[in-house]
Amino acid sequence: MGRSQAVLVDITKCVGCESCVVACRLYNDLKPGPRAGGEAKPDGPAELAPDRWTVVQSFRVEKDGSRVRRFVKRQCFHCLDPACASACFAKALQKTPEGPVVYNEKLCVGCRYCMIACPFEVLRYEWDKPFPRVLKCQMCLARIANDQMPACVSACPTGALTFGDRDKIIAEARQRQYSRPDLYVSQIYGLTEAGGTSWLYLSDVPFERLGFPTGVPERPLPEYTWAVLRWTPHLFVGWGALLAVMYLYNRRRAVAHSEEEMYAPVDAEE
Amino acid sequence: MEVGNWSFRITLPRVVLIGLVLVAALTALYRFIFGLGAVTNLSDQWPWGLWIGFDLLCGIALAGGGFSTALIVHVLHRDKYLPVARAALLTSLIGYLVALVSLFLDIGRWYNFWRPFFFWGYHSVLFEVFWCISLYTLVQILEFGEVFFERVRAPVLKGLLQKLMPLLLILGIVLPTLHQSSLGSLYVIAVNKLHPLWWSMLLPFFFVWSAFFLGPAMVTLEGTLAARAYRREPETPLFRSLTRVTLGMMLVYLAVKLIDLGYRGAFPRLFEGSFESHMYLVEMVGFVILPIIMYAVPAISRKTWGVLAASCLVVGGVVFNRLNVVFTGMAKAAGQPYFPSVWEFLITLGMWSALILVYCFLVENFPILPKEKHSSPGEGDKCPERG
Repeated sequence: MGRSQAVLVDITKCVGCESCVVACRLYNDLKPGPRAGGEAKPDGPAELAPDRWTVVQSFRVEKDGSRVRRFVKRQCFHCLDPACASACFAKALQKTPEGPVVYNEKLCVGCRYCMIACPFEVLRYEWDKPFPRVLKCQMCLARIANDQMPACVSACPTGALTFGDRDKIIAEARQRQYSRPDLYVSQIYGLTEAGGTSWLYLSDVPFERLGFPTGVPERPLPEYTWAVLRWTPHLFVGWGALLAVMYLYNRRRAVAHSEEEMYAPVDAEE
Repeated sequence: MEVGNWSFRITLPRVVLIGLVLVAALTALYRFIFGLGAVTNLSDQWPWGLWIGFDLLCGIALAGGGFSTALIVHVLHRDKYLPVARAALLTSLIGYLVALVSLFLDIGRWYNFWRPFFFWGYHSVLFEVFWCISLYTLVQILEFGEVFFERVRAPVLKGLLQKLMPLLLILGIVLPTLHQSSLGSLYVIAVNKLHPLWWSMLLPFFFVWSAFFLGPAMVTLEGTLAARAYRREPETPLFRSLTRVTLGMMLVYLAVKLIDLGYRGAFPRLFEGSFESHMYLVEMVGFVILPIIMYAVPAISRKTWGVLAASCLVVGGVVFNRLNVVFTGMAKAAGQPYFPSVWEFLITLGMWSALILVYCFLVENFPILPKEKHSSPGEGDKCPERG
């Protein structure tokens, strides 16, 4: 997956203008639904929704003794080895070679196991529809396949978003950290989280204070499942064979009995 | 009520149950028209609620009596347990049907339910769960066919099914072993979400093991309830002798739980004083260690009430464990609590009412419970009287 495309988000450069949010809405033709944006809470950050695939959340945090404001763009992280896709039993969520993890509503059963599996909790469900979809950022797959950058990146006026080959993006992030060691924290969020993601973040304040999920393991999540699931065929054959042997062996010792004489319907009239 | 040679006695409790089923059916209809959000308290933070957590996960576990009894009776050939075999199979079958109905209610794009049969997302635990549960329900229906064709006289079909029976029996143990464990594996992927007291790579083992030792306890509970309802002699000596299976398996369960906690370094979390740690301690002390003691102390385990009380604890304990995994353990990651809506409860109530009604109809019309021996009552344990 080294060839896959990625986006670098430099939190120090984001001014919270939400151009990316507007671009996303326009490109993906997302119209606000009944439960959506309009009634955004005055306090607290905006949340992702079925019709809001990206949001910019605002955080006031302590830094070097003074309070500063930081903006964090949120969307699907597009994991290199996505837990949601491995959890989907209908192949409705798939990782594309270009990088995006995309959703195909035609295949979706609506079981929501992907939502349980996602370590970043970005998947959103259309709870008010009779045939709900699971919606999230698609990283503008059609644009990427056409050698364009995602709509949000192309709209960013401050250079907070950078799009490119994931290896080059990582090199760029390291270069920025190297040239401004006083500014950036050493972590690049998304480098190793859940086995690596296609969205990488640089920040000057620790990520846990900006609402980033902590404790996401470095091992790709599907590997945990697979460590268990790969035993299935062996268990099926081995346990089945053992049972068959026990059955045949014990049958010789079995006492003949007539089941017809043993059981009877109970009388409810009594 | 009699139609042909089928009978179903209508009593007041049964009328109430029928009413509950009708309410649930109407609620389900409303849910299908207006979506899950209109009926449930589910959210993006709580994608799975009462129907998956209780009706499906607990329902399937409670139906574990079917496969453990099948193993004990038909493979190990402990023939003395034959009297409870058909009842265990039947409750298991109805339990699976309830689970399938709740699953169908819960999936959003239900017209796509067949897709996993053709689009092989075999990397998903749910794929295994789906295949095994569907196949096992089919196997159970065929197993029940033997009983069915005994009543609806069709000797040819019954003979055919009897020829298939060894294969069905073995599939009927292998499939539930696989999917009872994979119900636990479902949560293996929630590494950073499920509280470390419950998250473990051994989740599949814990789920299948507990579903198995739950079997005898469930058979005891069902058998006692059925005996009370139909004023029969409960199979107490059998229930008592089954406790040895439960006791042995629970000791193994407890040991592996403790070793697992130690291996993962999660022991300190036991006493961290959080809600999760309290719930975990209640689960382990009240629902695992306490029944182990009750089964192990002869003064308790020789008494009918002792066996029954311990069995209730075991059954309640497995339910408590599943709910802890689904709700308690996930609450912190969700960032907010979940409590089911009235409608979710009504649907659940309706489904379990339907289960009771179907059970009553089947045991009253099919040869499922053993014939009464009419031996001298008062010998051994007394049949519980009911006014």
